[in-house]
Amino acid sequence: MMKTRYLVLEDGTVFKGEAFGSEKATIGETVFTTGMTGYQEAISNPSGYGQIVVMTYPMIGNTGINRDDYESIELAINGIVVREYSDEPSNFRSAMTLGDLLKLKGIPGIQGIDTRKLTRLLREKGPLKGKLTAAGEELDASLAIGEAKAYEIPVNQVASISTKKPYSSPGQGKRVVVIDFGLKHGLLRELNKRDFDVIVVPYNTSTEAILSLVPDGILLSNGPGNPEDVEGAADTIKHLIGNAPIFGIGLGHQLLAMSYGAKIQKMKNGHSGGNYPVKDLTTGRTELTSQSHSYVLEESSIASTPLTVTHRALNDGTIEGICHETDRVFSVQFHPEASPGPHDASHLFDRFDNVMNASTRKENFNA
Amino acid sequence: MPKRQDIQTILVIGSGPIVIGQAAEFDYAGTQACLSLKEEGYRVILINSNPATIMTDTEIADKVYIEPITLDFVSRIIRKERPDALLPTLGGQTGLNMAIELQESGILDELGIEILGTKLDAIHKAEDRDLFRTLMNELGEPVPESEIVHNLQEAQAFVKEIGYPVIVRPAFTLGGTGGGICYNDQDLEEIVTSGLKYSPVTQCLLEKSIAGYKEIEYEVMRDSADNAIVVCNMENVDPVGIHTGDSIVVAPCQTMTDRENQMLRNVSLKIIRALKIEGGCNVQLALDPHSFNYYIIEVNPRVSRSSALASKATGYPIAKLAAKIAVGLTLDEMKNPVTGSTYACFEPTIDYIVSKIPRWAFDKFESAKRNLGTQMKATGEVMAIGRTFEESILKAVRSLETGQFGLSLKHADELTDEWIEKRIRRAGDERLFFIGEALRRGVTIETIHDWSQIDLFFLRKLEKIVAMERELQADPFNVDVLYKAKRMGFSDVTVAALWNKEQREVYDFRKENGIIPVYKKVDTCAGEYESDTPYFYGTYEEENESVKSDKKSVVVLGSGPIRIGQGVEFDYATVHSVWAIQQAGYEAIIINNNPETVSTDFSISDKLYFEPLTIEDVMHIIDLEQPEGVIVQFGGQTAINLADALEERGVNIIGTSLEDIDRAENRDKFEKALREIGIPQPLGKTAVSVEEAVVIANEIGYPVLVRPSYVLGGRAMEIVYREEELLHYMEHAVEASPAHPVLIDRYLTGTEIEVDAICDGVNVLIPGIMEHIERAGVHSGDSIAVYPPQNLSASMVETIVDYTKRLAIGLNIKGLLNIQFVISEGQVYVIEVNPRSSRTVPFLSKITNLPMANIATKAILGQSITEQGYKTGLAQAPAGVYVKVPVFSFAKLRRVDITLGPEMKSTGEVMGKDITLEKALYKGLVAAGMQIKEYGSVLMTVSDKDKEEMVDLAERFIKIGYRILATEGTAKVLEAAGMNVKTVGKIGAEGPTLLDVIQKGEAQLVINTLTKGKQPERDGFRIRRESVENGIPCLTSIDTADAMLRVIESMSFQTDHMPKQQVVL
Repeated sequence: MMKTRYLVLEDGTVFKGEAFGSEKATIGETVFTTGMTGYQEAISNPSGYGQIVVMTYPMIGNTGINRDDYESIELAINGIVVREYSDEPSNFRSAMTLGDLLKLKGIPGIQGIDTRKLTRLLREKGPLKGKLTAAGEELDASLAIGEAKAYEIPVNQVASISTKKPYSSPGQGKRVVVIDFGLKHGLLRELNKRDFDVIVVPYNTSTEAILSLVPDGILLSNGPGNPEDVEGAADTIKHLIGNAPIFGIGLGHQLLAMSYGAKIQKMKNGHSGGNYPVKDLTTGRTELTSQSHSYVLEESSIASTPLTVTHRALNDGTIEGICHETDRVFSVQFHPEASPGPHDASHLFDRFDNVMNASTRKENFNA
Repeated sequence: MPKRQDIQTILVIGSGPIVIGQAAEFDYAGTQACLSLKEEGYRVILINSNPATIMTDTEIADKVYIEPITLDFVSRIIRKERPDALLPTLGGQTGLNMAIELQESGILDELGIEILGTKLDAIHKAEDRDLFRTLMNELGEPVPESEIVHNLQEAQAFVKEIGYPVIVRPAFTLGGTGGGICYNDQDLEEIVTSGLKYSPVTQCLLEKSIAGYKEIEYEVMRDSADNAIVVCNMENVDPVGIHTGDSIVVAPCQTMTDRENQMLRNVSLKIIRALKIEGGCNVQLALDPHSFNYYIIEVNPRVSRSSALASKATGYPIAKLAAKIAVGLTLDEMKNPVTGSTYACFEPTIDYIVSKIPRWAFDKFESAKRNLGTQMKATGEVMAIGRTFEESILKAVRSLETGQFGLSLKHADELTDEWIEKRIRRAGDERLFFIGEALRRGVTIETIHDWSQIDLFFLRKLEKIVAMERELQADPFNVDVLYKAKRMGFSDVTVAALWNKEQREVYDFRKENGIIPVYKKVDTCAGEYESDTPYFYGTYEEENESVKSDKKSVVVLGSGPIRIGQGVEFDYATVHSVWAIQQAGYEAIIINNNPETVSTDFSISDKLYFEPLTIEDVMHIIDLEQPEGVIVQFGGQTAINLADALEERGVNIIGTSLEDIDRAENRDKFEKALREIGIPQPLGKTAVSVEEAVVIANEIGYPVLVRPSYVLGGRAMEIVYREEELLHYMEHAVEASPAHPVLIDRYLTGTEIEVDAICDGVNVLIPGIMEHIERAGVHSGDSIAVYPPQNLSASMVETIVDYTKRLAIGLNIKGLLNIQFVISEGQVYVIEVNPRSSRTVPFLSKITNLPMANIATKAILGQSITEQGYKTGLAQAPAGVYVKVPVFSFAKLRRVDITLGPEMKSTGEVMGKDITLEKALYKGLVAAGMQIKEYGSVLMTVSDKDKEEMVDLAERFIKIGYRILATEGTAKVLEAAGMNVKTVGKIGAEGPTLLDVIQKGEAQLVINTLTKGKQPERDGFRIRRESVENGIPCLTSIDTADAMLRVIESMSFQTDHMPKQQVVL
């Protein structure tokens, strides 16, 4: 028999379920993600730092955990919430169960709760802080609510998960320096696939140190949390502009925009899942994208920058991509590397390649 | 891109009659599409031969033609209507094939008619095996090793190369007609030969078998701007080897990681982009369970059964949007109709799991081969929604209405382990339940996996269900265990059986302990966006999203899966009833579980509950909604069968009361009622034992008609001529007992008459009387019905009208009733009264322009017929003659005897209308797929009782130039009458036999009437099956033959020689 566990939210809502994964208690910001496949990628995405992730798809664990589909080596999330956890996976690559991985990494999970009710609550109120109680522990609701309320979302998220030292993933092609704000492995897979010579550097690496690596292009990675918390990054980027083509993704996209003076804001309901349609304004084509972000560029702040909006979310119209042609920089809010999610936008890495090829030739920018 | 302004009139081709492989899903798709085009302001011309559909209602298109879907008739309509464009991808394979024929005939080019949506060359590339393989090679996408063959020798050569097993897929056929898996030379010869015959281009694909791979489907859409999306993916629980229409299917896929999912998604999108599909498309793939290897199985470049399922599974209306794409709109400019706030260019994400289980007709066709392969055999399907696989599969099981509520088998203790293994190894309709039994006997899931190749994931889930059975059994009335079981989808019936209690006790215990379901919304987005779709499913969770409104409501029960005897006609009536309820000012709530139908389109009713139609599931909804009442008379026997239990639970049945339903359906009560009303019926009595049956039969005299009470579609009904046949019947077909009485009636030969009427309690409206071509004894659903009757005297009509009125009033009917009469020796007898909507309601509604289900519903709700503005009595017949011709799916069901009898066998119907009976019959027969040749040879082999009548028919055939081939007995009789007949050998005779005649295509028509004895080994059976296998019309009733002859006669000129002058000397 599984032990009882509760999810207690700051607004006082309590869900009773069963514990799996680690037995310990945890606190975090509760958010939901709507992908129907790719839970392994979702829970290992560093952008989920500190979050308690609710899976809207009700049956999780079906395909187990395999060697290949991690998006980071350590898991950054604080907890996971599912309707039904399957501890008997069936897939030829499965090497262990989800529960075993969570145990290994010290992350608690809860199953058996009405995740749709929880999702609707979060849609209504936005992300809520919540506590997952220790397995088998009796519920002291008011205490737990108090703890959830008192919890402060960490501001040093990027600092905690960015690599501490530079490392390389050598290739025969162009030199790409990746600034790691919470890098997903998917980014590296796309770069390696193109045989780029990749060097990953910590988020706080100086402009000079980066340029000393003589990059053909610079990739600003995705990462968790509020870009304003990432001290100095926008400033560094500002100085990098013009020295090499830059491609920003996710948090990297927000930081790039900020370096041009754009502002960002927190969304009521962030985007998290694999079915977000984004319109590429340059081609007119709509692509399905993978997303996980709760901050977005502020519409009004873009006008005063030299940036052009290149992508918009079809459904809520928010900015999903920008560029500056002469500066040879462009960025997108979504994840062109997918993992998990659709690969519709993976051609952006080719575009990055083209921009690097074109070097200073502006007319080829959009090729 | 904005919609096209340069076209105004669009021709839509429907899918014709319901046959196995092409069912109600095209009514759903076609209706959606027509309405969607009208919504955009286009003028829609529709052609479809099927009168039983919503699609052929005059509100659905601007002009509706119920005419045969043949080159000849469609061309006539095109010349008359001059449409600007043609939309061919919404009428299934029939619509597509018609469009190709039209294109090839040159008429489209001649008149400058454009084909909208997916272009024909793309259709060719997808459907022509050779072109498809070439395209896949160009794209670098793998297809199983295969070879197109045009004859048996080529097939044998291919097998020599790659070995068995191989799959045979005939080109351009629906539901895989004529296909199958071959394990040896004999299979190969049989299947390839029949496959080549069924393929209109005499082409089969032989393919290396990849049985055991996962079978995965992607439902994709693309627009003219090259936006492409996946609406839904689905995983077949039964791996490759079983037609997807015959497989248990779940959505979304359960055993793929995101990598496999994206890999196959990319492939699917790549293919539809390469094909330049504009609209919906289905891609079927096979995925190796042990690697990333995959193969493309096939692509359907049109909406399909799978797209209907995907639409219902996600809420995303594929056909509706496909129609808009066809006129130039793009996905990124259309709103998602479910949320109303987001765009259509997105991929639904769901937070539940959907299971589909096919519904087969094997309960009706006892002799049919029950094993499943690449040729589809199911007539319909059910879908269920749950939050776990266990919940959704168990809900689907009890939606089937096969008497099963869980994973158990009837008489399981009598089955040997070997038998169970066999039935799991060789897939059949009951495999799921054999697996349940195997698990109960302790067979491991690994062993079952070895036997079946079903993924361990699904087997584990089934194992959990079986484990829960044990847990329940061990711990009756434990609240926690019961809650867990209910969350897993267990029905009260199963729980009660395990606890040895009554269902009601389980229900009461649950209610006391607050274990009741909540209803969740189907919203395409897993709750991420707000949505006001009124589409719900029940589950055991915390939050209920279905809020009862302030408006008074009425619940309509649907008719469940399509099966023989309960087809799309009942969905038609259900939908009309819903509309009438809304017009009368109530909220209309529908409960149904068939994903193919119009009634389960959430935009039809105010609220749709996609739930099983069992008393438990229905009562939960009634408890929540507190409706004014429940209407049961439109949902066929499915709904009628629930009336009893509903009333017992205090639910108000609106319309004819339960007591009166029972008076019509219970034999003894009916007899009593008829005596009171003073209407004659054939002598008959009820037997509750074998002995009693024998006594009764002797009393009333043979032949007698025997059947169990409470049946639909004449299940297990037979005419028996002798006592030994009666004994055989009583032993094998029914179990007579006081709870299950058997009806024994005098069998009267005579003209059968059918009437549908509406009664408001005071007055009776009779839209029409129909006369059957086939004499009584052939099930009304299998007879050709003619309207108005051609051979009834005025006084006979008067009697029928009088009887109808007296029956309606006397039985206290409120709403619809259907009566069958037989006229024998000038006397009118009542055979049966059905206090509900019938199969002929749509046919008559369309002809008479009286919306019968609508009028009936309003009458039920208290508005009298006259208040509604209709006259009472027999309605004035419109000009013209209308026939309803049944359509059969015998080609799909091996070993089924095609003889017409009291048991219904047809799957669908068509309508023929024209100014004379012969012309109407011609259209009806042609629309039903019969080829009528003006000359040729007719092969006759009839039973002794029919030989006399046959003489007349033969003479007429000869007169119009037909040659007569006959077996010895028949030939002798004809020769004695002075006719020139070619005698052919009987089966087993030396030299060429009649089987050779049939196989070589030397006869254009076969007339074979039944010699008594139903064993399939009988020669007659072989003759009939051989005709079906060879696509030669085989008539088993003298009356049908007569009708066909009249048609041929009317097509021919008379060529009588001049009378010889005789000079009197």
